[in-house]
Amino acid sequence: MKDHASLAQEFITDEPRTDWHDETLWFVRQKRDKAAHGLPEWEQLREWASGIKDHTLSNLNTYLTQFEAQAKANGIQVHWAFDGEEHNRIIYDIIRKNNIERIVKSKSMLTEECHLNHFLQSNGIEIVDTDLGERIVQFRDEAPSHIVLPAIHLKKQDVSETFHKHLNTEKGNNDPQYLTEAARIHLRDKFVASQLAITGVNFAIAETGGFVVCTNEGNADMGAHAAPIHIACMGFEKIIPKAEHLSVFLRLLARSATGQPITTYSSHFHRPRPGQEMHIVIVDNGRSKQLGRKDFRNSLKCIRCAACFNTCPVYRRSGGHSYHTAVAGPIGSILNPNLDMKANADLPFASTLCGSCSNVCPVKIDIHEQLWKWRQVIVAEGYSPKAKTISMKIMSMVLARPAVYRFSGMMARKMMRLVPGLFKNKLNPWYKQREMPEAPKDSFREWYLKNKK
Amino acid sequence: MESRDKILELIKQNQPEAKSLPAVTINSVISFEDNYQQFKTVLESIGGKVELVDSIDAVKDIFLAETSSGKMVISTIPTFGEIDQKLSSYTAPQLEVLERAYLQATLGVAENGSVWLYESQMVNRLLPFICQHLVLVINKNAIVPTMHHAYQKIDVARDGFGVFLAGPSKTADIEQSLVIGAHGARTTTIFIVGS
Amino acid sequence: MKVGLFIPCYIDQFYPNVGIATLQLLEKLGCDVSFPLNQTCCGQPMANSGYASYDGGCDKNFVNNFSGFDYIVAPSGSCVLHVKEHLQDDANKEAALQIRSNIYELSEFLTDVLKVKNIAASFPYKVGFHNSCHGQRGLHLSSMTETVSPSFSKPLQLLNMVKGIQIMNPKRNDECCGFGGTFCVFEEAVSVKMGKDRIAEHDANEVDYITGVDVSCLMHMEGILKRNADKIKTIHIAEILNSQL
Ligand code: SF4
Repeated sequence: MKDHASLAQEFITDEPRTDWHDETLWFVRQKRDKAAHGLPEWEQLREWASGIKDHTLSNLNTYLTQFEAQAKANGIQVHWAFDGEEHNRIIYDIIRKNNIERIVKSKSMLTEECHLNHFLQSNGIEIVDTDLGERIVQFRDEAPSHIVLPAIHLKKQDVSETFHKHLNTEKGNNDPQYLTEAARIHLRDKFVASQLAITGVNFAIAETGGFVVCTNEGNADMGAHAAPIHIACMGFEKIIPKAEHLSVFLRLLARSATGQPITTYSSHFHRPRPGQEMHIVIVDNGRSKQLGRKDFRNSLKCIRCAACFNTCPVYRRSGGHSYHTAVAGPIGSILNPNLDMKANADLPFASTLCGSCSNVCPVKIDIHEQLWKWRQVIVAEGYSPKAKTISMKIMSMVLARPAVYRFSGMMARKMMRLVPGLFKNKLNPWYKQREMPEAPKDSFREWYLKNKK
Repeated sequence: MESRDKILELIKQNQPEAKSLPAVTINSVISFEDNYQQFKTVLESIGGKVELVDSIDAVKDIFLAETSSGKMVISTIPTFGEIDQKLSSYTAPQLEVLERAYLQATLGVAENGSVWLYESQMVNRLLPFICQHLVLVINKNAIVPTMHHAYQKIDVARDGFGVFLAGPSKTADIEQSLVIGAHGARTTTIFIVGS
Repeated sequence: MKVGLFIPCYIDQFYPNVGIATLQLLEKLGCDVSFPLNQTCCGQPMANSGYASYDGGCDKNFVNNFSGFDYIVAPSGSCVLHVKEHLQDDANKEAALQIRSNIYELSEFLTDVLKVKNIAASFPYKVGFHNSCHGQRGLHLSSMTETVSPSFSKPLQLLNMVKGIQIMNPKRNDECCGFGGTFCVFEEAVSVKMGKDRIAEHDANEVDYITGVDVSCLMHMEGILKRNADKIKTIHIAEILNSQL
């Protein structure tokens, strides 16, 4: 499997497209800044959100139990899944039991994480993703490249071609208005005919046993209110203690995500409508393990706003697919090593540790510090390339011995002057697109001894 | 029950030491000179339409005039006339052609242009989403400054469903260009009653 | 005031002029500066690559060299941040902690400790300022565009005292240049792309120089500038504050 660095390199090959990707997401980041700066209490809100989540994580057992009891009392059926496979199995069983053939799904990163579509497909069941961006990537048989803007890696020409192929839209008509209208008509039919709606969950309220789903398009509501059965899937960290806490999170979520003051729809589900069946699947899938990792547990505070994606200078220039996981970007890089350290050992290194992610995070996750800590864990567990380990060992030995350091430094400078080809060659990744620094005759120390002592 | 107990047990083992819940003190949050003006400005900036009317009768007249248009128009506002007894059980195929829905909302939020709707105000949960055009009515004095104030006034679990709804349905999934009218209503008009 | 001068390894080897400017500047401002002769490196290259566990020898050497100073000053935000956050020596815990709290990046030392109000320097050029991430977001040398707080900048406060200088901010005022330690070679493509994009904004401002508080960022951008025969030069803030042109 290719790692982030090589996938990123492929992405950058098309430089104008990379620039477009970068600028588009930077524009979203700027909208976020404007929204944040519009609220004098912004930093206080982040502090509250972070504190509420910290408190919740420290009482998770109680709140989940309370939530379950309340939800059941509300007439919602509650399921628990230890991993992605069990999550998929629970949904499959509901589908089977009710002989369901037509399914619509609104955006849920959890179902992406569990590879639900793929699982159902291999069991002969089709799901229709109804978020416009997700429908686009589904038609193209791709994964979303961003958790809020799933098709941000595509240009309108790509969408036009895809829709021409699948929805028979006019060839070459790239107008987003026209293309969205085509999707609206196509998906309305799916909503109206659906037998099951699957949605994600943005927040689950322990106190009341209800849950909140946020969308701009209205697709979660169209699905959930039209279908006779609604299944909502949530990672267990979605829980918050009380309804009043929603004020803090809803004020932060959309502003952080897109710069909107709130999403168009913030839907609060508490009971199935008469005659409807409502299910909640509460999923662990590695979360309880992450909770036990002291240095990494507060990654579970994430509300999936994607502000860290939009601000990340690496993400903007490497695209979501270069992270080869369902959740990309900085938060993905601290969540995924927990799920599979070997396969995702490259991700914590896909960062300059600039720290911008931690600054925008509405729940104040110390993302860049966790990236640094994951690097240590990955090395300690032996998932770092051998050659790197050897060079680091040598380097640390040299730097611990002043005389050896001085000698090597002097030799290196000499070689750079005398045999520049040793450094200026294509095996040196620095030199590929950058000149080497000049090698001065004297180091600072040598100058100091001559001039100051 | 096996996974449930396993998950809860692991959580119990792994969750950190108890941390206290921060107090959210809402007297320190933003306030506006004129909640109505703020509400209008924000809602218009996200594609909604705002009309100030002296009396709800003005909206009722518009509704009544429209009922003869031949298109499906529904109101759930009691003073506008009798509400169809079967409305709550209408399904998506029946409501698919709904042109316009008139609903009373509970309150408006100045900071973000959203209104809160209880299920009882929708009668049928599909109404505000499946209609092509949505018309909402709120009282001018029911506009609160922020979401904190809004949650103090509503009981989210009173009905089986409720929603904060801000403007028309929209998407920017194609090249980040904003398109109004994704899956839900193409237009959202809010009549604000008061002077 | 006894000041220990820390000249990080790559500055020592490749950018001696930055060390010289730093030393001269501090002396001009009345500090009693010594340069401990057996210093090497702060250990950051290993630690940021995941090998903090290899830093024992480096840390010990650092503590040996820098114990007992009132202040330690270095012309590198990144190295200072590393020392502040990670320096440890089990045999000498107290001394290590002391160093962690006494070490300063040059510009913050000037503004916060020496409280410099004017500098007799002149530099009649158009200069683009690069906010290095570790100095900015790590050491809080300036406010950040992400957070909602009053704006300030310690390095710019100093640069504005220089006669004849014209400071230009790039469009994205605090975006990373892509150096990132070993990131610059392991993620070569993204690293260079980030550097090119930073430079393009300085190009648009038609600056003569790009300056900053971290030599590493400047070295990375210098490499790209030179490869592309761009006429913009890089210069460390110490060299500007020490110049009499
Ligand atoms: S880590 Fe923070 S910024 Fe990133 S998606 Fe999660 S909540 Fe948003």
